[in-house]
Amino acid sequence: MNSEQGQKPYSLDALRSGDRAEFASIVEAYSPMIYRLGLKMLNNPQDAEDILQETFIKAYRNIGKFYGRSSVSTWLYRIATNEALMSLRRKRPEAVSFENPGLHESEPQEPLQIVDWCCMPEEEFLTAESRARLDEAASRLPANLRVVFILRDIEGLSTRETAQVLDISEMAVKTRLSRARLRLREDLTEYFGQLVEEE
Amino acid sequence: MHRHEDCRQLLNSLSGYVDGDLHQELCDEIELHMKDCENCRIVVDTLSKTISLYQTSSEPIKVPDEVRQRLFHRLDLDEFLNL
Repeated sequence: MNSEQGQKPYSLDALRSGDRAEFASIVEAYSPMIYRLGLKMLNNPQDAEDILQETFIKAYRNIGKFYGRSSVSTWLYRIATNEALMSLRRKRPEAVSFENPGLHESEPQEPLQIVDWCCMPEEEFLTAESRARLDEAASRLPANLRVVFILRDIEGLSTRETAQVLDISEMAVKTRLSRARLRLREDLTEYFGQLVEEE
Repeated sequence: MHRHEDCRQLLNSLSGYVDGDLHQELCDEIELHMKDCENCRIVVDTLSKTISLYQTSSEPIKVPDEVRQRLFHRLDLDEFLNL
């Protein structure tokens, strides 16, 4: 039996031999994380549902090629991120440049907005408007930065796991995460900074 | 006195700094720099806040019942829906 943190143990042999009950329990256990990834990547429930279905259809078809060298969650995240990036490429080809993420990837942009908005009352951060602003800011990130940010800071994967899912180096994960976070900080400063100045 | 050039160089390391991922030597350098540089202190504080806002706003999601039903149906797993 194999097991992953917080998940029910599963039998790799049963999965690989096509045991449908075992596959159903994997679908049950991992569909919330795949659905959330789809929602965060594509910002649309219908697209998230498509990603969810396609991920498990591909997983079922390719179960014979899963040898358990990575965890089930890493394997499923890999399928799901590929699906999400392909979907984005179909919808907005200009927004996806995974293979060629830019010549100046290691150069961070300079912070433009220097306003200390950390001191705002906590409830200001929890309003529906603030939450919508967080989603909007994340959806404006280029796909190659957004996927790293979602896996690391929202799904809580380690740098190493994120690198395995995306098949990139750990250094590339750190660089893209840094760029994503700085861009989000910049974007949120524009919004929360204005609220602070209005008070 | 800090130099603007230092801010630019340290910017690359701030994400690792807020993760507690850096060598002690570089952490000390950033902390020393921030004592003298209000702008960098604000960037670090608002960067940490940005990350924590996303982390706390990402509560576990329940897959809606109808989405779950359609998923099991598409996978021909209807018989396992109510287990």
